Amino acid sequence: MATQHSRSAARIMMAPAVILLLGWMLIPLTMTLVFSFKRYLPLRGGDLGWVGFENYVRFVSSSAFWPSVQTTLIIVGGVLVITIFFGILLSILLDQPMWGQGVVRILVIAPFFVMPTVSALVWKNMFMDPVNGLFAHLWKAFGAQPIEWLSDASLFSIILIVSWQWLPFATLILLTAIQSLDSEQLEAAEMDGAPPLSRFAYITLPHLSRAITIVLLIQTIFLLAIFAEIFVTTSGAFGTRTLTYLIYQRVLESQNVGLGSAGGVYAIILANFVAIFLMRIVGKNLDT
Amino acid sequence: MARAVTTRRKTINTVAAWAIGLLIFFPILWTILTSFKTEAQAINDPPLILFFDWTLENYAVVQERSNYMRFLWNSVIIAGGSTVLGLIIAVPAAWSMAFVPSKRTKDILMWMLSTKMLPAVGVLYPIYLLFIELGLLDTRIGLTIVLMLINLPIIVWMLYTYFKEIPGEILEAARMDGATLKEEILYILTPMAIPGIASTLLLNVILAWNEAFWTLNLTAAKAAPLTAFIASYSSPEGLFYAKLSAASTMAIAPILILGWFSQKQLVRGLTFGAVK
Repeated sequence: MATQHSRSAARIMMAPAVILLLGWMLIPLTMTLVFSFKRYLPLRGGDLGWVGFENYVRFVSSSAFWPSVQTTLIIVGGVLVITIFFGILLSILLDQPMWGQGVVRILVIAPFFVMPTVSALVWKNMFMDPVNGLFAHLWKAFGAQPIEWLSDASLFSIILIVSWQWLPFATLILLTAIQSLDSEQLEAAEMDGAPPLSRFAYITLPHLSRAITIVLLIQTIFLLAIFAEIFVTTSGAFGTRTLTYLIYQRVLESQNVGLGSAGGVYAIILANFVAIFLMRIVGKNLDT
Repeated sequence: MARAVTTRRKTINTVAAWAIGLLIFFPILWTILTSFKTEAQAINDPPLILFFDWTLENYAVVQERSNYMRFLWNSVIIAGGSTVLGLIIAVPAAWSMAFVPSKRTKDILMWMLSTKMLPAVGVLYPIYLLFIELGLLDTRIGLTIVLMLINLPIIVWMLYTYFKEIPGEILEAARMDGATLKEEILYILTPMAIPGIASTLLLNVILAWNEAFWTLNLTAAKAAPLTAFIASYSSPEGLFYAKLSAASTMAIAPILILGWFSQKQLVRGLTFGAVK
């Protein structure tokens, strides 16, 4: 029923969004690609000509590269495991009948709305500070030596902060998925004498698998890019330099744009790898 | 038949859920409480929970010393501006994709989504350079444009999923009854679309308000929003917990309140309609 007329009108209505996003994607991406094949030091001579794949080789062979990959994997993996594991438990608990469900939901969801710089600074100073932090008070109360969280247990601390921010997201999505589960199925299983653990393993968990996959993929994309949490806590020191942070340092701190851009291309490839899986799931959903 | 729940079980659920909920909320609660203490009370050992001399002094000091209102205003302009600008561009696009779908609609949607997955750090220097060339570095307009662009895919997607739910039959019925296109848009489509547009607006204000990569890297003193203002506390002088808490409370309070209204939309918006 769509006429030729309405089709061309539709095209015109779509044009601004498409053109803007195309420009936003293509212009910087092309520049990054061009820079990555150049020796480009804005503060020390500027554009010093083409160097082929030298930046790509140097970025990977620098002593900072593999540790940063490892740090990235530990942080992303740690946060994913914690948020999904506790997210499942918490969403099941929140789905149970109780008094004040709405209020508890609000309490649980709140950290997601705290801006990253605030949560990083609050945790860093008011909780993890080895002299005045709340954890230090707590440790001293039990006669233990306070821990220097952000230097001695830096990765754990960052994982804790980031997990606190993302647990609400995982919980909220899993809770939404659980609420769409048909409770009659669970009741039938209960009548047939299935113990709680098997009801969980054979009914709830399979029902949640799609939501879990979505949480996993979306969080991975956001977690690969975490920046502010590291910027204001350790600035990449004490083994917390992720790939994102390493690229940031190469580009803006040491102003080695060629090298940083090569790193940027690696990061883009990595993100795309995850994105393909996510898009496939989202795309399937579009057909229905 | 609904399952009969024993009071005992309900009590256990309630206690467990409240305990965990309060534990998760505690850092925020603690920040709010600390903002009403003096600096000495803020670091007191043992920690003071409720019984201290409540004071509003920190809020006054933060405003006086750092001109807090300017950062707040920057945040409001940047988050609000980028969302409104994004809506103006996205509403027609999502509208046409939902009501006049073509073979390519799905591809365009997927492609838009893929631009959202581009890691910001990969294009940091080009954007930085373009901003210098165009004189946009540390300006509100520059940041507004960037945040509009990074959130545009989410805005289009959310609107699309909402518009998709408006039944096409209603439009046909209206046409049969002789409604003109103008009447159709004004009296039928707009009222049905407003809830979806409002939810999209809400979620995107939140996302833009909290964005902390571009706001930290593309601003200095002039256009810095609250994210960057708070980050300036990372190298403090002297006792500052109470002041940090006051600044933080002011920065997160508006969004906490907005956020509580947008729980449902959050799920839809951030999963691109894959979980509803």
